[in-house]
Amino acid sequence: MTDEEYQAVVGTLGREPNRTELAMYSVMWSEHCSYKSSKVHLRTLPTEGPQVLVGPGDDAGVVDIGDGMAVVFKMESHSHPSAIEPYQGAATGVGGIVRDIISMGARPIALLDPLRFGPLTDERNRWLFGGVVAGIGGYGNCIGVPTVGGEIAFAEAHSANPTVNVMCVGLASADGLVPSRADGEGNLLVLMGATTGRDGIGGVSVLASATLEEGGEDNRPSVQIGDPFTEKLLIEACLELIEKGLLVGLQDLGGAGLTCASSETAARAGTGVDIDLDAVPLREEGLEAFEILTSESQERMLAIVSPEQLGDVLNVCREWGLHAAVIGSVVGDGMVTARKDGEVVAVVPAKSLADEGPEYERPLSPMPAPPAATDPSTLTVSLREAFFEVLGAPNIASKRWVFEQYDSIVQGGTVAGSGGTDAAVIRIGGSGRAVAVSSDGNGRYGALDPYLGAAHAVAEAARNVAVTGARPLAITNCLNFGNPERPEVMWQFAESIRGLSDACRAFDTPVTGGNVSFYNESGGSAIWPTPVIGMVGLLEDHRRAVPASFPQEGLAVYLLGETQPEFGGSEFADVVLEEVAGTPPALDLAKESALLAVLQEAAGAGLMASAHDCSSGGAAVTITEACIAGDVGVTVELPGDQLTALFSESASRAVVSVASGDTMAFEELCQRHGVPAAHIGETGGFGIAFVGAFGVTTAEARTTYETAIPNLLAG
Amino acid sequence: MTKVGVVTFPGSLDDGDAREAIRFLGGEPVRLWHKDADLQDVDAVILPGGFSFGDYLRTGAIARFSPVMQGIRRFAEAGGPVVGICNGFQILCESHLLPGALIRNRSLRFVCRWVDIRVESPVSPLTAGVKTGTVLRVPVKHGEGQFVASVEDLARIEGAELVAFRYCAPDGSVDEVANPNGSAGSIAGIRNERGNVVGLMPHPEHAVDPDLGPVGGEPLLVSLLEHCMARAGS
Repeated sequence: MTDEEYQAVVGTLGREPNRTELAMYSVMWSEHCSYKSSKVHLRTLPTEGPQVLVGPGDDAGVVDIGDGMAVVFKMESHSHPSAIEPYQGAATGVGGIVRDIISMGARPIALLDPLRFGPLTDERNRWLFGGVVAGIGGYGNCIGVPTVGGEIAFAEAHSANPTVNVMCVGLASADGLVPSRADGEGNLLVLMGATTGRDGIGGVSVLASATLEEGGEDNRPSVQIGDPFTEKLLIEACLELIEKGLLVGLQDLGGAGLTCASSETAARAGTGVDIDLDAVPLREEGLEAFEILTSESQERMLAIVSPEQLGDVLNVCREWGLHAAVIGSVVGDGMVTARKDGEVVAVVPAKSLADEGPEYERPLSPMPAPPAATDPSTLTVSLREAFFEVLGAPNIASKRWVFEQYDSIVQGGTVAGSGGTDAAVIRIGGSGRAVAVSSDGNGRYGALDPYLGAAHAVAEAARNVAVTGARPLAITNCLNFGNPERPEVMWQFAESIRGLSDACRAFDTPVTGGNVSFYNESGGSAIWPTPVIGMVGLLEDHRRAVPASFPQEGLAVYLLGETQPEFGGSEFADVVLEEVAGTPPALDLAKESALLAVLQEAAGAGLMASAHDCSSGGAAVTITEACIAGDVGVTVELPGDQLTALFSESASRAVVSVASGDTMAFEELCQRHGVPAAHIGETGGFGIAFVGAFGVTTAEARTTYETAIPNLLAG
Repeated sequence: MTKVGVVTFPGSLDDGDAREAIRFLGGEPVRLWHKDADLQDVDAVILPGGFSFGDYLRTGAIARFSPVMQGIRRFAEAGGPVVGICNGFQILCESHLLPGALIRNRSLRFVCRWVDIRVESPVSPLTAGVKTGTVLRVPVKHGEGQFVASVEDLARIEGAELVAFRYCAPDGSVDEVANPNGSAGSIAGIRNERGNVVGLMPHPEHAVDPDLGPVGGEPLLVSLLEHCMARAGS
């Protein structure tokens, strides 16, 4: 906390804060909780639309999917704790985001994990990677929420600071949402779940709001330890309480613990809360007031309950074997009052803690222009060699080693899950509907041009959802950046927000919330600007979901969109030219919108046998993935210069297969939307033949694709 | 209608999926709570997958002491069909209703994957209606699915043909490549000597609905329902 911030507290209270109050302000006014550096920029994002039921500011965003159902979703970062203790850091990230979803009154139905690490050739990176993946699996698998997606990328810029994001999607009835508010004077605060200990004290301020420097392991006590079993009980107990209509309000305890949960619920309701810290079940004796108020012990929820329903609430908790204790009540004075040993230890206005944190318009300074790109046509490597280099690059190669460690099928809704799909497709009960979910972000594009990087992330997420046939509805995000006190980082952030805004407006996919993770840097070296987008879309009929892989032989194969020689920030440039240079591919939002429309309409009319987004690695990778996953060969003749045709990453493209009887209708549809559709070949045969370039057997392509990451992990 | 009880322990995860699969195949699922020893006159019991009691201490080690297990033990002793899936299999082994034990996968990693299993014995409620040698595609998802037993127990299991399922290649051949967890003898599931209690690591309940993928679990659960009807009729 700065001197100015301290003076603002003194001004609000009209006196010096005591030690406990200061601790409360210090966590609530941390960057992580107060968004003090990002607020001015976040306000410019589009957040409204008829589909949005709850926008930014609540625990999670909510969109309407019709039939009285709502999808609740949010993404968060747990990068800082994961850099120190990868297993628990990642595991508790999963736990935290799941509680955000429960606290809205929704059942969590899917998890996605966007991850960024340094190269796996480094032993420490392998340790972080293995630990994070095991932690996500260890927690997610144990709570019965399928992990169905997420993307993984590797870059040196993430060696010191891995990026660990996690997104959760939940399902609720639109009129059954539970407010995260402490309404009604005299109602009771019930703390449910795990006991409170010294773990995670100051997690938001010590870890998430400062850079990690040498000796970061000393911060291990600030990393929390997860107990997924208790989380599973919390899920079931909370959902039963909601279903029985026993709750006035519900809020998770995450960053800044009880201080955050109590002040936010009170501030939203315009009330106050009176908390008896002696009533909080503790893990060990002798905790001080500030420790109880700021502990980030996991697996806890705060319920607001009317006195008449308290008995029923405690019964439900008891049946699930869950601790539950009345720790205070709702009062009318607008203050968070905490008592211990019969004495008042803190009296602070709830709004001041929750809403009136500092806000900075930090200086911006454009980063230097990136180096010019090499002309790839000067290259001597053969197209075939380049193909195997790109296909076997860790960013492109199969992530089977990862996704097989996640339970992707529990809850019986996974129509398309991890592996070989662009977006996960989860069907919704017996309604026939499904949600399609994807997370995306391209680090190299962002490193070269943060505006374009962010816009591309939104476009790719929308495309990934649309290739399944779904209509993109809305996004959440996690904005991962370096130290905001550095003008260059702040400029990257502002540019990314501008890119996000423009793309979201173009696709009519408002931002329903998200998370900002700053201070991802150490030793003066920051991660690349990494805005990660989580997109949710709606499929009216899950039986119409379009797969990404070629399902059979004898289909006509089309490449949609235009291909230009655009190699800046491409996978080809990274692994063959060994550079991140130049400018990323251009993005024409109108053309992207036209492609999205074609994909949805064609899927709705049943015209596409498969559709796969064309992005990292270019058309060669897109076509090969569709062959490997479908175990079907293909013969295609890509138009124009073969290097460009195979490896350029021009935006707004997709590879679609169409049954012979549907080609006329499909071509007509593309024409109507002004989307170029090149009939490039047919599925079938033993291998993957790029006529005019080279051919490979599906088996050798599969070997390269599947073994790259296991081989790297073997050291 | 055939009533199939599905037990919910704290930490059970695939209980809802098992109930849904039974309903999908025309049976009547009945929810059984771990604190209740009364099995509500069900015709068969499924112990579902998950992490009962967090699988703290050891998989299935705490669940075996639940009141419902007393009811299930009596039910099994009376010849009632009992099926343990994944964590349910682990609980049956911990309860000594089945021989052997399940320990961490040889890879030391959780594995979620579609596998092929070969039906090895017609003597179990899941396989009574399925031809021996049939290859079925079903998913596994577990961290502790490596079946082990003492040399004597393994000899007895093989000698008495207690192996119900083995992991195999799509053509039915058994080899280590097709073994996802290092199980002895590629054993994916076993039965008791009487043939009314069977446990397996794969999840038949996740393989009955063609909208979600292969349906290798369907013949097994249909067999269970038919076996119950035959019992009721006799």
